[in-house]
Amino acid sequence: MPEFLLQTIFNASYAASYMALIAVGLVLIFGVMGVINFAHGDLYMVGSYAVVFLYAGFGLPFLVAVAAGLIFVGLLGILMEIALFRPLRTNPLGGLIASIGFLLMLQSLVVLGFGLRNQHIPPVSQGGITIGGAFLTYERLGVIVAAVVLLGSLWLFLKRSKFGWALRACAQDREAAALQGISINQTARYAMFIGAGLAGVAGAMTAPLVSPTPFMGHTVIVTAFIIIIVGGIGSLEGAVVAAILYAFVHTFVTTFYDGVVANIVGLLLMLAVLVVKPQGLFGVRERA
Amino acid sequence: MLERNTTLLGIVLLGAVLIAAPHLVSFSQQEILVLLTINVLVVASYRLLTLTGEWSLAHVVMMGVGAYGSALYAKNFGVPVPLAMIAGAVTAGVTASLLSFPLFRMKGFYFLIGSFAAGEVIRLIWKRFTDPFGGPKGIQRIPGFPEIDLGFVRIDFYNPENYYYLALIVVLASLWVLYRIERSRIGLTFHAIHWQDKLAESVGVDTFRYRMMAFVIASFFAGLAGALYAHYLITVNPNQFNVDTMVYVLIWAIVGGTTRWYGPILGVVVLTIIDEVVLRAIGVDQLRPLLYGGILILAILFLPNGLESLVIRASEALRQRGAGSGANGTAAAPPETRS
Repeated sequence: MPEFLLQTIFNASYAASYMALIAVGLVLIFGVMGVINFAHGDLYMVGSYAVVFLYAGFGLPFLVAVAAGLIFVGLLGILMEIALFRPLRTNPLGGLIASIGFLLMLQSLVVLGFGLRNQHIPPVSQGGITIGGAFLTYERLGVIVAAVVLLGSLWLFLKRSKFGWALRACAQDREAAALQGISINQTARYAMFIGAGLAGVAGAMTAPLVSPTPFMGHTVIVTAFIIIIVGGIGSLEGAVVAAILYAFVHTFVTTFYDGVVANIVGLLLMLAVLVVKPQGLFGVRERA
Repeated sequence: MLERNTTLLGIVLLGAVLIAAPHLVSFSQQEILVLLTINVLVVASYRLLTLTGEWSLAHVVMMGVGAYGSALYAKNFGVPVPLAMIAGAVTAGVTASLLSFPLFRMKGFYFLIGSFAAGEVIRLIWKRFTDPFGGPKGIQRIPGFPEIDLGFVRIDFYNPENYYYLALIVVLASLWVLYRIERSRIGLTFHAIHWQDKLAESVGVDTFRYRMMAFVIASFFAGLAGALYAHYLITVNPNQFNVDTMVYVLIWAIVGGTTRWYGPILGVVVLTIIDEVVLRAIGVDQLRPLLYGGILILAILFLPNGLESLVIRASEALRQRGAGSGANGTAAAPPETRS
């Protein structure tokens, strides 16, 4: 039983790691631009297909494929900002609607390029470590390490660098930030690159573990919404804590009941937060 | 006088097109025509909900509640299909009234996400519980609409042409009811809540009650559409009512526009025709999301008030030119655009 429990905790930590990467990116984008990016799950999907294409297809080293995924998805983010979000800055729901159009296009293009089937990716490593009778593969450990390193450096970047200050200033009050001479458009591009790139990395790192399909973004975006609502829209710390909370609840319910019940529990958790404390567990004041 | 004649001419033309429609298209297009007719009711009822300013992502699930309800009443309890359909629609309305209590504590984006979560929970319940909902496979062999035997003629509703006329009658009657509701005091209050909810409250309007009313009425008609759908396709499953379908409803409404009653109808009709023509020409079904996604983005960027804004501009231009030779009643423009 303790091994089983430990194993479930490992699984939950892995899930928490990649969910935190996705949710933090979504929160960052919302914070700076006030846009809920519905295409975020599909940016994650595109990250996975970078690994399908470069690692499984071309045989490039796995980490090179992951880096390419980060950069490519980050650039997609910048494209979204320039082509969609900037012209719609004054239309409150416009960005959200445009991102729905964008996600349909992404899905369709991936289907055209790679087909509908599940992609099989050769394992990156067969090994793993055994702690107290529970087994953690290097692939999953890699996701956990990547999440800790990337989120740690994001935190340092936001707190220490000049751009980080600009980003946080925009998130607090866009007009005031603009009055201080911060370029909103430039800051938005950075935020989109980082936010989308994080989703891309999450997709790339988890690709060998999930066998990607063009529609994998669906469950991911739903999960990400649950996390940002529970954590409080606009709160980066909240997103991380909520990702851990959700991953543990979801993994344990899946292990002891089944996956559909776990999804229902997750959605009810979000509804409960929306009804009782809409600003989320770590929420800042509502902005929209 | 001339204006009235134009309106009358428009109605007659539209009626002729609607009656002739199934004879102008191929057999496979007749199937699409039936679904299009049902979808008109889905988007028109969705618009009623958006009148109060709230955009729900649960509308398609409400349609599913009507479909599942009607299917189960007819199949498991042997209720006659026409009654089962109404009972299914009522079930959707009742479900909406129960969901109102948690959901209308939220507004804007929170309502959008909350309604999605509530709808998804219902959908997952269909998926999880095989008895009575049939699990992921759903319900099969739903009784069809009973055939009508008038002695000299028998109308069999397995024939898409006949089902089209049935759906047309139900949908037109529903549209008329929806139209009357919007023009009534209730409808005016919906508009008031959309634009000035605090002001409406200050003069004694119970905004919660009216939001709930809009949600219940919209869900009732969505449920009716779902019931029409269930007894036509003879099978329902949870995937038919997932968020993909909801995204299409959203696109129809946004591309068409929602400030006029005909906006979303224009959206669903035009997009279905484009879909049918373009995708048939290319022959690649997987391009559909690309097409719809592209149209949605172009619409939100360049035509934010939807196709209806073109109609409004066109009819104003016609009126500007004076009552002169304005009686050519453009086919695309529905007959009455004035209040």
